Amino acid sequence: MSESFTKSTARNMFWGAAVFSFLLFLALAFDTTAALPKRDHRENITPQVAHGKQLWEKNDCIGCHTILGEGAYFAPELGNVYKRRGGDFIKAWIQAQPTGAPGRRQMPQFNFSDSDLNDLVAFLKWTSEVNTEKWPPNIEG
Amino acid sequence: MQYQSQAVAKPYFIAAIGLFVGQILFGLIMGLQYVIGDFLFPAIPFNVARMVHTNLLIVWLLFGFMGAAYYMVPEESETELHSPKLAWLMFWVFLVAGALTILGYLLVPYARLADMTGNELLPTMGREFLEQPTITKIGIVIVVLAFLFNISMTVLKGRKTSITMVLLLGLWGLAIFFLFSFYNPSNLILDKFYWWWVVHLWVEGVWELILGALLAFVLIKVTGVDREVIEKWLYVIIAMTLITGVIGTGHHYFWIGTPGYWQWWGSIFSAMEPIPFFMMTVFAFNMVNRRRRDHPNRAATLWALGTGVMSFLGAGVWGFLHTLAPVNYYTHGTQITAAHGHMAFYGAYVMVVLTIISYAMPMLRGRQANSNKSQVMEMWGFWLMTVSMVFITLFLTAAGILQVWLQRVSATPLPFMQAQDQVAIFYWLRELTGVIFLIGLVIYVVSFFVKGETKAAAA
Repeated sequence: MSESFTKSTARNMFWGAAVFSFLLFLALAFDTTAALPKRDHRENITPQVAHGKQLWEKNDCIGCHTILGEGAYFAPELGNVYKRRGGDFIKAWIQAQPTGAPGRRQMPQFNFSDSDLNDLVAFLKWTSEVNTEKWPPNIEG
Repeated sequence: MQYQSQAVAKPYFIAAIGLFVGQILFGLIMGLQYVIGDFLFPAIPFNVARMVHTNLLIVWLLFGFMGAAYYMVPEESETELHSPKLAWLMFWVFLVAGALTILGYLLVPYARLADMTGNELLPTMGREFLEQPTITKIGIVIVVLAFLFNISMTVLKGRKTSITMVLLLGLWGLAIFFLFSFYNPSNLILDKFYWWWVVHLWVEGVWELILGALLAFVLIKVTGVDREVIEKWLYVIIAMTLITGVIGTGHHYFWIGTPGYWQWWGSIFSAMEPIPFFMMTVFAFNMVNRRRRDHPNRAATLWALGTGVMSFLGAGVWGFLHTLAPVNYYTHGTQITAAHGHMAFYGAYVMVVLTIISYAMPMLRGRQANSNKSQVMEMWGFWLMTVSMVFITLFLTAAGILQVWLQRVSATPLPFMQAQDQVAIFYWLRELTGVIFLIGLVIYVVSFFVKGETKAAAA
């Protein structure tokens, strides 16, 4: 780099870049916060949905699955699983684990109560209704 | 080693390498579970192996960053560390807390770990990379604050260089953005939105400042190029990092419920994220070409150049591959993400920590450089690990492209598991390459124990 471009010019450029970027980011985050209620339908977050999310976290579901594309890539996407399979199938599936099929990927048995299972389904149903800009591309997730 | 208190970096580096070995072993377990699904089930379910794999990575990189700071800051500030005792105490606190957390993952079901650690009081567990019990997270905050206090006091009483200022800024940013890990609302969308303020603003934000500072320090030492030149480059690179990377956070906000305009902001800004990484490559090669002396530690120079190249490929090129919204619509949450994640973390953060370790460890052991025999062995470790990581990335990319095609693009999309079965060959190849990576790592570790003729360190 040329001699006329000094270190203090570079430093000023850095500080300008840092301040500008974070301010712009904060402005966008502020706008997003205002826009989110219409997209995530938070009015539908019942105590069941909230408890379902707690169960989702407490059993580290994201350690194998993705939800809205984020998580581990070992097991199917669950953001749209409610639409793909429906609530009854989800409950029966969780209760039937592990399959024990030799050589196949296994999901642990979590011993959920009936009301826990209903709450998990409520959480997955709410998640499937979030406006995700039409992602995933098809029902397979 | 010019200051006695720099010696405290040594245990941090040793712990980092030890945990690195653990990380790779669990990576191999997961890799095998991808093709032999019931391997080690139910003793170590996949999610547990993954928590251990990713959490060990984060913890050992933090050990590496802290060790690097303890080594660099006294030398840059031209004064002894504020409190070597505090640094030693925090070393043990961090190591014991980290070990207990990993044992917790392995020995009890995750839900019971949550109960045992009182997660319901302040639920923060069960989110990707932030799986640590809340008390561990509080422990991390305490350790990092004590570390920052120690380092900041040292800088304040001594010489202030651009490198230490950038390093401090990166480390303080690391601490501040980690605080968002304590915010976990019952609204999944808000949770995700702020989760990225930890994850993205770490690895594509403030950690790059740390990376730049470490690389600049080693380049000054091994090339003897004028500090003014190197620090000027450093500022320009990190300016570009923040311009592109901060708004670039938007590439995570395409499909998680956030407004559609993020597809524009995220695509445009993150498409420029390779620029600072490319500058880093040019910077490293330029400085080595203009070197004013031939430092006897050729291995450290190799790691520094490797960091430049591999961070550009892994973070820059493989990031760009799937960062444009129309592409990401199909690749989001597939093996393409895994491919990028592996080479980016290795190329940027693993390699820069191994660079500083390669430079500093001989000094900490009282010599300017290791024997030729030891260095040759270390370079074998470098090449085996780096080349295997390239192939791991290529195989995961192939798996990802096929997965996207079969599951998302095809007119008759396959269900997830059927698509996984179709790409199994690439998971086998990845696992095989992973074994070669482990061999490279073992050779790297053995190189520390190889003796031979050495030159004494300059006073």
